[in-house]
Amino acid sequence: MSISKNNLILYVGILIFGIAAPFLFPAFKVQLSILCVLIVLATTWNIQGGEMGYNSFGNILFYGLGMYLCASVQVGMFFPLAEWTESGGEKTFVHTPAQFFQGMAVGLVVAAVVPTIVAGLIGYSILGLRGHYFAICTLGLGVAAGEISGGIEIIGAGQGFTTPPFPDVGSLDSRGEFFYFLSFFVLVLTFIAVRGIYSTRFKLILNAIRDNEDKAEAMGIETMKYKIVGWMISAFFCGLAGGIMGGLVGYIDSTDVAFDGREMGVFMVLMAILGGKGTLWGPIIGATVFHIFKEGFWTFFLGWQYVALGVLIVVIVIYFPEGIMGWLREKYPERFGEIVDEKDRKAQVELK
Amino acid sequence: MDFMVFQYPMISVQACLDGVLLGILFALIAYGMALQWGVMNIINIAQGDLVILGGYIAYFMYLYGIHPAWGVIVAPVVMYFVGIAIYKLVINKVVDRDLFISILATFGISILFMQLMNFAFGADVVLANSDYGTTMLFNNNVVLPNSKIFSAFISILFAICLVIYMKKSKLGRAIRATAQNARAAKILGVDTEKVYAATFGINAALCGVAGALISITFTIHPYMGLPYTIRSFMIVIVAGLGNLPGVAMSGMGLGVFEEFADYILGTEFRIGSVFLLLVLILVYRRFKLSRKREYLK
Repeated sequence: MSISKNNLILYVGILIFGIAAPFLFPAFKVQLSILCVLIVLATTWNIQGGEMGYNSFGNILFYGLGMYLCASVQVGMFFPLAEWTESGGEKTFVHTPAQFFQGMAVGLVVAAVVPTIVAGLIGYSILGLRGHYFAICTLGLGVAAGEISGGIEIIGAGQGFTTPPFPDVGSLDSRGEFFYFLSFFVLVLTFIAVRGIYSTRFKLILNAIRDNEDKAEAMGIETMKYKIVGWMISAFFCGLAGGIMGGLVGYIDSTDVAFDGREMGVFMVLMAILGGKGTLWGPIIGATVFHIFKEGFWTFFLGWQYVALGVLIVVIVIYFPEGIMGWLREKYPERFGEIVDEKDRKAQVELK
Repeated sequence: MDFMVFQYPMISVQACLDGVLLGILFALIAYGMALQWGVMNIINIAQGDLVILGGYIAYFMYLYGIHPAWGVIVAPVVMYFVGIAIYKLVINKVVDRDLFISILATFGISILFMQLMNFAFGADVVLANSDYGTTMLFNNNVVLPNSKIFSAFISILFAICLVIYMKKSKLGRAIRATAQNARAAKILGVDTEKVYAATFGINAALCGVAGALISITFTIHPYMGLPYTIRSFMIVIVAGLGNLPGVAMSGMGLGVFEEFADYILGTEFRIGSVFLLLVLILVYRRFKLSRKREYLK
């Protein structure tokens, strides 16, 4: 992949801003980390939702799986897991800093790898479904995972799972900084990976699947293989994001935090659509706008947030299905490398 | 795991009867979903929330001292207008768009309804007590609340009325024509816009009846909508569109499955098993269909 000079300046600028952000806005460290996680989720949703045309409500499965796995590994490496969850909020075991970071590192690796394998295993069955059957099936998968994990004793069942608290390593700010840089690192990693993918033939194949799967198959593309790989890439980063989010929130509940199809599962779809699906920058812009809007609303209209969310979904879907990038594209087509024939456009307007 | 259900046959009988009576209710909701899916090609995620809203109407009548069974008459009337309002505000803008858009839009409606009901009625699990007593069968080994029998009876009554209405009335004929071919119906002078609105209203009214019955026989809660949507979706894909006996049979089958899952796996896995069953059915269907497509390869 080649990077033009303008883009390079943009990327370096964003990178510097990203590194400086926690020091510029020290009060918003947690919010910035959540923003990074949201961008990762929206961007990876876009891989199958936008590029491949498989609108999934089920990426929440990998997110929740990553969350539980990361926390369980972090605890289970040093202490008996069952006793930890049984003790609930009361801490009978304390992680030393070395244990915490070791556990987190191993936990994140597991949280990324296992969902990827799960996606690969179920991919063959699930990705054979088309259109709305796929959407409803993945919705069911996410809710089923939440309901079932809510009945398993060892990971806390209905009462939830407290993730290991951040160890005492000097200053009070270190927790926020640690999680911010961790999530920012994952964000950069995701961006590089996704940008890399989007500049290869792989993306074209995904687009071919979106536009007409049967024709793509007839052209000799093994669509199933590419669909599964695309889903596995999503699962990898969703699991990673989930693992970080678990540590950040500090408490995992099966249906309200981990497998929260009603919130996070819809958010990722909404953010990608708001920004414009099928573009590289769309989900990033969408997630940022959405997060700012959401936090503003959550703060000023507490209690009415879900009402606002429901209205927001309906409004975005009905009046704004192309998203911000789609709108920009219509307004400034030259900047997207499209050549507009003025005469032809006028003729079309007259026809309308 | 509890295998008592196999050691004591009476528990099996109890589960079967409960399941069948419950399944008739599911079939009524699924019939509404099949109707709008067939006519408008829309999958309504808010279906379950309409059911719960209907339930709250009956519950409110109960709170104000009116017997909740009257909710069976009031709820569909109110819900018909709620359905028309939803259609005018949202659905008519997504009707001829991509199916995913309609799924997402109705998902938004579902979240909105869920939260508004939570504000209006509180987050408690409620039940409208009908005082109908119980019926004992098989030497008092099987206990059937009369309210369940009543609800099954009313569901069947409404289903029969609707079938006759669809066969005989002018609007019913228009709805069937639109389901077959919306464009041709339009050419022949059917006001499809009106038909769509009426279909969505009838669907909401059916949900209202089912909800009122559920509030009498079981419990309602603002967040319990989604499982009803999933159940009705599952029944429709198993039975196929426009196959009423199939809808009734698969509804009862699902009811029996749920009761047994409840006994064997435990109540906490009940909803989970419903959702898992949906995934399994869809995957089974996918492999069955892919065998049909095999010759393409």
